[in-house]
Amino acid sequence: MIRWKALTVVPLLLALLVAACARRAATPVAGLPAEAQTVIKERGLSPDDIVAALRAYVPGGKYDEYVMFASGGHSGQVLVIGIPSMRLLKVIGVFTPEPWQGYGFGEKGTLEVLEGGFARGKPILWGDTHHPALSETEGDYDGQFLFINDKANARLAVIDLRDFETKQIVKNPNAISDHGGGFVTPNTEYVVEGPQYAAPIGWEYAPLDQYRDKYRGLLTFWAFDRQKGRVDPDRSFQIELPPYWQDLCDAGKKVSYGWVFCNSINTEMATGGIEEGNPPFEAGTARNEMDYLHIINWKKAEELIQAGKYEVINGIKVIRLQTAAQEGVLFFAPEPKSPHGVDVAPGGEYIVVGGKLDPHVTIYSFEKIQKAIAAGNFERDPFGVPVLKFEDVKEAQVELGLGPLHTVFDDKGYAYTSLFLDSAVARWSLGGPYRKDGAEPWKLVEKLPVHYNIGHIAATEGDTVSPDGKYVVALNKWSVDRFLPVGPLHPQNFQLIDISGGKMRLLYDMPIGIGEPHYAQIIKADKLKPFLVYPEIGWNAVKMAKDPNAIEAGRERVEVREEGGRRVVEIWMTAIRSHFKPERVQVKKGDHVIWHITNIERARDATHGFALGGYNINLSLEPGETATIEFDADQSGTFPFYCTEFCSALHLEMMGYFLVEP
Amino acid sequence: MVERLNAWLREDPFRLPRAFFIGASWLLLLSLLFPYWRMTLQAPQYPGGLRVDVYVTHLAGDVNEVDNLNHYIGMKKLHEAAQVERFLAPLAIGAAALLGEALAFTRRRWAAVLSLPAMLFPIIFLADMYYWLYRYGHDLDPNAPLRLPPFTPPLIGVGVVGQFRTVAELQIGFWMALAASILIALGLHFRRTVRTALERHQALRIGPLILVPEGARA
Repeated sequence: MIRWKALTVVPLLLALLVAACARRAATPVAGLPAEAQTVIKERGLSPDDIVAALRAYVPGGKYDEYVMFASGGHSGQVLVIGIPSMRLLKVIGVFTPEPWQGYGFGEKGTLEVLEGGFARGKPILWGDTHHPALSETEGDYDGQFLFINDKANARLAVIDLRDFETKQIVKNPNAISDHGGGFVTPNTEYVVEGPQYAAPIGWEYAPLDQYRDKYRGLLTFWAFDRQKGRVDPDRSFQIELPPYWQDLCDAGKKVSYGWVFCNSINTEMATGGIEEGNPPFEAGTARNEMDYLHIINWKKAEELIQAGKYEVINGIKVIRLQTAAQEGVLFFAPEPKSPHGVDVAPGGEYIVVGGKLDPHVTIYSFEKIQKAIAAGNFERDPFGVPVLKFEDVKEAQVELGLGPLHTVFDDKGYAYTSLFLDSAVARWSLGGPYRKDGAEPWKLVEKLPVHYNIGHIAATEGDTVSPDGKYVVALNKWSVDRFLPVGPLHPQNFQLIDISGGKMRLLYDMPIGIGEPHYAQIIKADKLKPFLVYPEIGWNAVKMAKDPNAIEAGRERVEVREEGGRRVVEIWMTAIRSHFKPERVQVKKGDHVIWHITNIERARDATHGFALGGYNINLSLEPGETATIEFDADQSGTFPFYCTEFCSALHLEMMGYFLVEP
Repeated sequence: MVERLNAWLREDPFRLPRAFFIGASWLLLLSLLFPYWRMTLQAPQYPGGLRVDVYVTHLAGDVNEVDNLNHYIGMKKLHEAAQVERFLAPLAIGAAALLGEALAFTRRRWAAVLSLPAMLFPIIFLADMYYWLYRYGHDLDPNAPLRLPPFTPPLIGVGVVGQFRTVAELQIGFWMALAASILIALGLHFRRTVRTALERHQALRIGPLILVPEGARA
């Protein structure tokens, strides 16, 4: 009897003990240790500073909850940043060759990607990246692809998020520059590339006094083939627009699926000429009280393409302005002058336009827009485009402060708008279906100062159909006094803001010492499923398939043959810690050299570089990757080649000689 | 339960040893599907460690990476070891299991010899494993980048090579083979005691279990 009791009581006591221990472990340390107190005193930290530091701190070896993809501005690249730690994880080479990634320094595949972005054969080896766009499925990020545009040269790049590398750059055949891209439609059917500075379509010349007749805006819908992971120019199309300087765009979603919204800043059709006594662009484009929100029915545009109502210009289908205006593809709604951001609310019901020169955000109702279109109650602009009445389509206007630009959303019915002139983030309440908590709709709630001159703003999944409402990042153009001085070119400043609580709280300043980043998007980290090593030995990282020139250990060889009267030397080489095989490659001056290198490693992080000094060649061979270089051995001499990525204790010995006999 | 077992044994007292022999041969056969031995290599730059699993028929785990590391000390590639043994293992195990099984169907005394291959298999495995570990640690390429004094990696337990801590452990497959060995030994024991009891017309009991009832005859 007693024994039975013991059997029940002892485990119970043990369980209690374990529970007590667990509770103890979970209880935070009461009061900070003396060392922490010293740091607090030395740096003069406030309790808010301490909380902010802890909120942004992610210990080494632990992962961030979110990943932010930020444009690298005119560095031409994309930045990958962990949130909330704000640690830089990677810089992805996109429009600019990137030697560490072996991007554009001899490797054939990457050279072909960059060549895709040449402008009529002219090498363009930089870009002004503006708006990264994550691929979406049903309006939510799916973590598969990232797109980004180059404003300076009207190009779009495709980055595969299995290896975070650029796979394709397409050059817009009819536009020199762009701005409002890339933005994806809710299932990534299209990546939208909006125009900015009007110019004659297809690189034509026209003097500025023919502005009204010859100059045009051009909205491009790049069709995306998800299976191939490539933009398909054959299925893509463009819509001709008046020369109103269209600015940013956003795709409608849910109830507004099938539509795209862009705003414009120069319905005045100013042509500048300050030197001739004309108003400069900055004044000329701001003369009218209203510009036009462009409302575009891309489903209807697809139908017109199907029906053959297009012209092919420079190899791409173009729906002419008159057709778009008359067939119900293009509508305008007045918007307060020279606005900037246009952002669609998570459910697609509202379109928010940031006033820029007007202290309001103007909210348009998609439902009202549809009613106004159905009622046919509109006038036409000089190009014949229907202009809806402002009062018919306006849902609300909220006065936020000076210079409202871009808007993102949370999961509690609030919107966050960047205020450039005020250097602040405004939190304001949405109305309609977003206001179930009884709070007053369409009202400024709170403003948080940021440092300084905020441009874009990004929120955790904040432009999808289901925002997370945890963090906002202010992408500030100026940092002025926020960091140690590093010469006259100051870093930009990304500021992390916690929006999960009752009040917004500034957590962290991250200096960006590369380019001027524009937009960024923030995805939940667990949606990304990147390769840790390439799936099989001999992987072609551009084609994302096994390379026909991949070889395994023991099959290394050098072949010499005659082709068109010259010698061609073809090398199949392997790389593994800590040697290349073969280590000696002998050619004669004038030989054409084709060189395939396969990294036969399977270990995570066992990347090898391959540098050939004097020939401008550097590769990054990630585990499993096969890369090919092709060049003429036009310099005789003795060229050591070596591994540029520190791989092992005998890394320095991982080299060989490329001998070019005179 | 015991009652039913006793009734089952009453029909034929040799059923118990026979069950042990059959069980043992199946265990031995099944052990082909499981690793016998594992070496784990731990080093700072391999957070999860590297693992090589030795089956009697093949190797599995991070074999390529371990080979790649071993080349620095001039060790041969792992898959070159014990090729004959790994080729013969399924045949040998099959044969040993068959012989063990045959034991169940004969009562002859000399037939105990049939059990030897199956019973000795775990020891043979260990001896062969040790032989290859010794050879691999002593037959190092003198032209390797790093020269180490000859050594024998541990058969069981912990060893240290460079920054690597190696842990060698026996795995489920080996334990299955060992269990088969023990079952055969038990089978032989009971076969002898049952036979003796029958010859002497004595009853044989283990606790409530009646192996040979009063008055049973061979």
